[in-house]
Amino acid sequence: MTIELTTLLVELFVALLILIGAGFTLLGSFGLVRLRDLYERLHTPTKATTLGVGSLLIASAVFFTWREPGVSLHEVLVAVFLFITAPVSAHLIAKAALHQRTPSRSGLPTETLLEKHDGHSAVERSPTGH
Amino acid sequence: MNELPETGLILNLALAVGFLLVTAAVLLSLWRLIIGPDQPDRILALDTLYVNTVALLVLLDIKLASSLYFEAALLIALFGFVGTVALAKFLTRGDIIE
Repeated sequence: MTIELTTLLVELFVALLILIGAGFTLLGSFGLVRLRDLYERLHTPTKATTLGVGSLLIASAVFFTWREPGVSLHEVLVAVFLFITAPVSAHLIAKAALHQRTPSRSGLPTETLLEKHDGHSAVERSPTGH
Repeated sequence: MNELPETGLILNLALAVGFLLVTAAVLLSLWRLIIGPDQPDRILALDTLYVNTVALLVLLDIKLASSLYFEAALLIALFGFVGTVALAKFLTRGDIIE
């Protein structure tokens, strides 16, 4: 009886984590389609999607720790990697967008400030040049 | 369900809903990849696409109750990050390795 109750509780917990994770993953991609310019769109994939995938990975860790002997730690590896790389890639994409002068609804920073950060202005430097 | 006879109804239901939601997320980011007006939009959509794929593989692992696809998920996360960095650097610098 107690074993069945534990099984039910673990299943409920894993199911809840899966639902939360999948919901946040969908929310992240929905924001990617719905929001209006690139700088707004950068928010949802980096925050909501990372939270969603993190929740799914916790669900998987709990599930495999419960099912198999020993603690399951592969998921932690993927989670740590994703949590480290998501802000880095978002930062690089934002830098590329600012370098290309991608239009923003709230206006870009002043041209002198932008030029200070990319060295050369995007106009005199073609994207494929060296 | 043949692989997992002892997994209960609740977990299977949650897995079905999870697959549905994450697949919808993949399709939405694919849509942004197609229509994205600028190049950074497309890089961002690719980035989201590979993170969603990692989520899909994790769900598949729970479904099959085997840790067979974790290496695949880790590799997708790794190479997706390298790809994003390379594409963003190409847009910023015009070259990947200077």
